Amino acid sequence: MTTITDITAGQLNIEKIRKDFPILSTHVYGHPLVYLDNAATTQKPEAVLHAMDDYYHTLNSNVHRGVHFLSQQATEAYEGARQKIADFINARHNHEIIFTRGTTEAINLVAACFGKKFLKSGDSILISAVEHHSNIVPWQMICEDRGATLRVIPVDEDGELVLADLPRLLEGVKLVSFNYVSNALGGINPVAAIVTAAHERGIPVFLDAAQAVQHMEVDVQQLDVDFLAFSSHKLYGPTGIGVLYGKEEWLNQLPPYQGGGEMIKTVTFEKTVYNDLPYKFEAGTPDMAGAIGLAAAIDYVLGLGIRNIHQAEMELMRYALGVLGEIEGLRLIGKADASRRAGVISFLVGDIHPFDLGEILDKQGIAVRTGHHCAQPVMDRYCIPGTVRASLAIYNNRVDIDRLAAGIRKAAKLLL
Amino acid sequence: MTIKEAQDEIIADFEYLSNWDDKYEYIIALSKELPLIGEGYKKEENLIKGCQSRVWLHAEYREGKLFFTADSDAIITKGLVSMVIKVLSGQTPADIVAAEIYFIDAIGLRNHLSPTRSNGLLSMLKQIKLYALAYQVKSVES
Repeated sequence: MTTITDITAGQLNIEKIRKDFPILSTHVYGHPLVYLDNAATTQKPEAVLHAMDDYYHTLNSNVHRGVHFLSQQATEAYEGARQKIADFINARHNHEIIFTRGTTEAINLVAACFGKKFLKSGDSILISAVEHHSNIVPWQMICEDRGATLRVIPVDEDGELVLADLPRLLEGVKLVSFNYVSNALGGINPVAAIVTAAHERGIPVFLDAAQAVQHMEVDVQQLDVDFLAFSSHKLYGPTGIGVLYGKEEWLNQLPPYQGGGEMIKTVTFEKTVYNDLPYKFEAGTPDMAGAIGLAAAIDYVLGLGIRNIHQAEMELMRYALGVLGEIEGLRLIGKADASRRAGVISFLVGDIHPFDLGEILDKQGIAVRTGHHCAQPVMDRYCIPGTVRASLAIYNNRVDIDRLAAGIRKAAKLLL
Repeated sequence: MTIKEAQDEIIADFEYLSNWDDKYEYIIALSKELPLIGEGYKKEENLIKGCQSRVWLHAEYREGKLFFTADSDAIITKGLVSMVIKVLSGQTPADIVAAEIYFIDAIGLRNHLSPTRSNGLLSMLKQIKLYALAYQVKSVES
């Protein structure tokens, strides 16, 4: 096997990076773990674990309301995290960064608040055919509530969104929401084309970047999206926290999401005056440790360099598509070109049920995801019950891909 | 053969299989012995929905005993279903209701009965018990 050749991938030393992630030395059923379920959640580097531990050991205190030393320290760390995130995605202002529980909550927030303010009976929301359920259901719910309709940009056999009909689809649309990278297929979607078409008609765009920020540079000013969301736990950070970015002019127009402490200026029984951005959308005590963990994860990613990460992962993606392509009967779902993909490889082998293949891979210590990946309409589009999904992170190497390929061959021998 | 004897037989067979691939080969071989559900019965009301793999189950009551046929679109699930049916098919409703199914745990496949596994096996066992309970009540009434 020629597996030691990739000690460095581009500028990065992958073997050194692997040592930053304690969980990667785990054994599963006697085999060293091959973790290829990164689109579901990534593992956490020591630096993130340490930052969160340190927060509870030395800083823990409620933010924004204490006059005492610790509270001010905690507030500084928490607001420092917000600034770091703003810089990471190049937001114009740090108050354009709202902490949420994750991408799902960010979408629910905008769907509920934007819908309440702007959506009327007969209006439409436009999404794409390759969305995660979390970018379908919240819009469906608000559409139902307001008497609006949900429209869908179709996808072709190769996983490309079909934009030919976009001008007609955009008629009567109040907001467009779609993902930068499809979680089910891994294809990178044409953000610029959709944003341009939407903005020509004065329609705001929400970009679900949950599967993008960990793989490539995301610059909200350059993308010119009006809203964007991502989750910490897919970016090497802790679970339970995520980010909603919104352009100031849009966020200021939206009513608050939840009521409670922190989001108010003054409260009387007759009338409450809401706080300014970003606090208007952050009711209750926030996830302080989570924000600090996320900031540490961003530091970690920036330390490696997001462009280096992109390059290394693209090289590994190319390698993986080559190696998997040689497996008899393996059918790749989605775009064949590695440069049009990020992170995710979705496939089927012969007529093997994805669940069977996933189970035999698991027995060999290889963690993949099987099923519909919370994107049932995508599976319906391709008339398949689901796929096996291997998804990459920066710590994956060619050994992982070779083990996956050998594991698939073994499974095929058993199951076919 | 009683339900207990049938389970013990499977457990004994598995004792000869030392590594996991042999176990899976055996399960896959058993999938081919499953008494298949008639195509006409493969409809929505006989579908036991797991999250990922689908299982169809049909029950027939003959001379005081219940006979099951089934199918699944996933082969490992199908093998497990085949084992369950081998153990429970041809038994009386009363015996099925009272049966304790321990062989899946004993052969090291307990995780297949976890609700998070959602492969339909747990729901299928529940459905078999429900059929048995319904026929037990019916036979008591008549």
